[in-house]
Amino acid sequence: MQKKHQALWGYLFIGPQFLGLLCFSLLPLLYALYLSFVNWDGFGVPLFVGLDNFKGQLSDPDFWKALINTMYYMVLVIPAGIILALLVAIVLNKVKGKEIYRLFFFMPVVTSSVSVGVIWMWILNGEFGILNHLLRAIGITGPMWLTDTQWVIPSIALLSIWLGLGYNMVIFLAGLQGISKSYYEAAEIDGASKFQQLRYITLPLLSPTTFFVTIMMVISSFQVFDQAFVMTNGGPAKASYTLVYHIYDQAFIDFTMGESAAAAMILFVIILVFTLLQFKMQKRWVHYGD
Amino acid sequence: MEISSRGRVFLRHVLLAVGSLVMFFPFLWTVLSSLKDISQIFVVPPQWIPDPFVWSNYPASLEAMPFVQAYMNSFYITVIIVTATLISASMAAYAFAKIRFPGSNILFILFLATMMVPKQVTMIPLYLVMDRIGWLDTHWSLIVPGALFNAFAVFLLRQFVMGIPRDLEEAAVMDGAGYIRIYWSVILPLIRPALAAIGIFTFLGAWNSFLDPLIYLNTPEKFTVPLLLNNFKGLYTADWSLMMAGTTISVVPVLIVYIIAQKQIIEGITLTGIKG
Repeated sequence: MQKKHQALWGYLFIGPQFLGLLCFSLLPLLYALYLSFVNWDGFGVPLFVGLDNFKGQLSDPDFWKALINTMYYMVLVIPAGIILALLVAIVLNKVKGKEIYRLFFFMPVVTSSVSVGVIWMWILNGEFGILNHLLRAIGITGPMWLTDTQWVIPSIALLSIWLGLGYNMVIFLAGLQGISKSYYEAAEIDGASKFQQLRYITLPLLSPTTFFVTIMMVISSFQVFDQAFVMTNGGPAKASYTLVYHIYDQAFIDFTMGESAAAAMILFVIILVFTLLQFKMQKRWVHYGD
Repeated sequence: MEISSRGRVFLRHVLLAVGSLVMFFPFLWTVLSSLKDISQIFVVPPQWIPDPFVWSNYPASLEAMPFVQAYMNSFYITVIIVTATLISASMAAYAFAKIRFPGSNILFILFLATMMVPKQVTMIPLYLVMDRIGWLDTHWSLIVPGALFNAFAVFLLRQFVMGIPRDLEEAAVMDGAGYIRIYWSVILPLIRPALAAIGIFTFLGAWNSFLDPLIYLNTPEKFTVPLLLNNFKGLYTADWSLMMAGTTISVVPVLIVYIIAQKQIIEGITLTGIKG
C-alpha cells in the first residue's frame, strides 16, 4: 500500500518533464526517422521511398559541400580554440584581480549569436571594417573576409574562437584549481623548470578537462549555423554553407522534408561516431588521477 | 630571482590586458559606431571618437523596428520558461534522486540519452507538429517546449539532490510532512545554488535563442530580440550607424544582467564543466 503510494508520487513528480521529453524529443525523434524514409513536401501525401533520401543526400553536391565546409571550420576552430583557452587559463590562474579579466573574456559568451554576428559583419567589412584598417596600419592588406570564398570560413572560425574562448577558459580554470599544490612543490624541490612542470604535471592532470572541452566543442561545431546565417547567408557561392544550413534550407526553403530529415539523421550519426571515437581514444591521452 | 618573478607577474598582466582589450573591443567599437553620422562611418581612416555624437540614431532605430515590443516578448517568454523549468526540473530531479518507483532507472537513462540528440534532428518534426496543432506563429511554440523539457537541468539538479542526507528528509517525515512538503521546504532550499545556476543558463539560452523563433514566428510584432535584430540587419545593411544603434540596444541589457550575475554564471559553468 505504502509502496504503491510512493510510486504514484514518483510518477507525479517526473510527470511534467516526462511529458516534455515524450512530446518534444522522443516522439519527434521517431517522427524524424519516419520522415527520412518518405518523400514529402509538407502538404500532400507522404510517399514511402525507402533509402532514397539517404542515397539522394550522398549524391547531392550541396550535402558534400556543407560537410566539407563544416569539417574545415572544425579543423580551424577546435585546436586553436582549445590551445588559446588553455593558455589564457594558465596565465590567468595565479593572477591577482582575475575577476576583472574574466569579466571581459566571458562577455561574448552571454551575447546572442545574432548581435555578435552583426557586430563582426561590421568589423570584418572589407572596405570600411576596423580590422582591415588595423592591419593596414601595420602594413598588411587584409582580405575581403566575408565576401571572399577563401576567407569566409576562416572569418566565421575567428568569430567562433573569440566567442567561445571565455566559456572554455572558465572550465579550464576550474580544472586547474583542482590540481593539488603539492605536486608543484615536489617538482620545485626536484628542480623542475616551469616548462617541465607544465608538460609533466599541469597538462596530464588537466587532460580530463581537456577531454570534456574537446567533446563539447566537436558536438557544437558540427551544429554551426547562426553565424553563417546572419553574416553571409551561406555565401559567397555557398562557401559558408554548413550542414545545419543544408538541413534548414531543404526543410524550410525547398520543402523537401524527407531529404532534410535524412540529412539530419546523417548529422546525428556523424556526431555519435565522432563522440564514441573520442571516448575510445581517450585511453591514449586522458589521465585520471589515481 | 625576486625580480624575475615580479617580471613574470608583470608580463602576465600585460598579456591579459591585451587579451581583455581584444575581447572587449568589438563591443566598444559597436557603441562608438552607433553614435556616428553615416558620413563619419565610412571615413577612411576610421574616426575613433564620434564628432558630433549623433544620439538621434537611437530613437531612429527604436522607431524603425518594434524593439520595445520585442523586448517585452523576449522578457515574458524567458521568465515563464525559467520559472517553469526550475519547478518542473527540480520536481523530476527530486523524484529520480529520492523516490523509489518502478522504471525510474530506465526513465532516467532516457533523459540522459536525449541530451545526445542534436536539436536539428527533431527540428522538422516539431515544426510539423506545431503546424498541426495551430501553434505556428504563436509564442506557445517557444514557451511550452522550453518550459517542459530540459534534460540537462533534470540531470544536474538530480546530482545535487542526491547529495542531500537522508536524515533531513526523515526528520521531516517524523514531523508528518508529505512528499510535496519535503520537496518544497527541505529539498528546494538546499539546492538553491544549483537552481541559481540552472536558472541563469536557462535564461541565457531562452533569451539568445535564434533558430526556434526563426522557424516558428512570422509576424514582426511577435518577434523576440535576436529575430528582430536579424530582420533589422536585412533592412539596414547600408546604414551601419543605425544598425549599430540597434545592435547596442539588443546587447546592453544582457551585458548588464551578466555583470550583475557574473559570480553565479561563472560558478554555474564551473559546476557543469566538472559534473559534465
